[in-house]
Amino acid sequence: MAMNPRRKKRLTWTLGLIAGVAVAFSVILYALSQNIDLFYTPSEVIEGKGKDAVKPEVGQRLRIGGMVVEDSVRRNPETLEVEFRVTDIGPEVKILYTGILPDLFREGQGIVAQGVMIEPTVMQATEVLAKHDEEYMPPELAEQMKGIKHVNPNTSGAYDEQGGDQ
Amino acid sequence: MWRWLHPYAKPETVYHLLGRWLPWATAGAVLILGIGLVWGLLFAPADYQQGDSYRIIFIHVPSAMFSMSIYVSLAIAAFIGRVWQLKMADWALAAIAPVGAVFTFIALFTGAVWGKPMWGTWWEWDARLTSQLILLFLYIGVLALYYAFSDNRTGAKAAGILAMVGVINIPIIRYSVEWWNTLHQGATLTVFERPPMANSMLFPLLTCILGFAFLAAALIMQRMRTEILRQELRRPWVKQVFGRPAATGERS
Repeated sequence: MAMNPRRKKRLTWTLGLIAGVAVAFSVILYALSQNIDLFYTPSEVIEGKGKDAVKPEVGQRLRIGGMVVEDSVRRNPETLEVEFRVTDIGPEVKILYTGILPDLFREGQGIVAQGVMIEPTVMQATEVLAKHDEEYMPPELAEQMKGIKHVNPNTSGAYDEQGGDQ
Repeated sequence: MWRWLHPYAKPETVYHLLGRWLPWATAGAVLILGIGLVWGLLFAPADYQQGDSYRIIFIHVPSAMFSMSIYVSLAIAAFIGRVWQLKMADWALAAIAPVGAVFTFIALFTGAVWGKPMWGTWWEWDARLTSQLILLFLYIGVLALYYAFSDNRTGAKAAGILAMVGVINIPIIRYSVEWWNTLHQGATLTVFERPPMANSMLFPLLTCILGFAFLAAALIMQRMRTEILRQELRRPWVKQVFGRPAATGERS
């Protein structure tokens, strides 16, 4: 297809513009990539993040995301205080929190906690959010495949364990 | 190819062609989306973790998907408009952008409504949510620029450049959940892998996606017809179509 010169010029100019902006954005995102992460993983808290192995300092505000370790949840029956440990591939970080946890919070579940480091491996959280995965399935299938008992967030006793909601 | 395409570069032909397609697209949207939503909202099983709350996926995922694919079509229209200077490609910007903006808004809104009970927050500045919000601003920016100039061609040129440059945001949205740690989970549907979702939920979701595709097509066609009329208001063929002086016809 023969293109007239003006059209060719416009094509070059347009592609050049898009390529230029794409390169600029890639460079910016690459430079900021560690800041775009929503949270530190427990291993990054303990071993340091990125190639400079930057460790969070005590007193620093940050978010930690990981799996709630099985049998690590301890609740104070008198108050809304709760403590649990989160992990990703080994190291564990302890999270202290006072308040109502989201419906999906349970052992083995992914969570994101925001708060202040009060010791190198202990965080006092001000907010705990639950993550979930993209594996949607009916309860029978989940029981079959994963051995997970159905916990209906609308009716289960999960609220009672967590100190009530609404 | 040009010889075959050339008649379609006439606004009048496109107006009538879209007019013939429009009823089919509308019927498809109503029928398929109706089936998909009833199937998904009433008959699909509840999720083992989220109970009935997950059902918002039947609106959230299709609208989020098409908010991105509509943007790609917007950028392609802008590219054609810029390089080949087809005026109808310029007009397509005005037809496509509002539909994409609304789909983006629906995705953000349903995401917030879903996020509150499941994650525990309406909004979190994670990479996926933030890049999707930027997409909404891009759509609004394209529209604002399109109508910002008294000369329509200048507006279309400015809007087109923003539309093309903004296409960089699309892979960022798509891969944000893989490149960075996010609160948002990974993609439910991918082209090459079997989705990690039970079939009893997957099929109504795919039906809803098809229904949203027809809905987007129908809305864009209708808007394109309106835009053609708006631009061609003083042409004789418009007067013929409406059988009266066009100036008192559509604009009001």
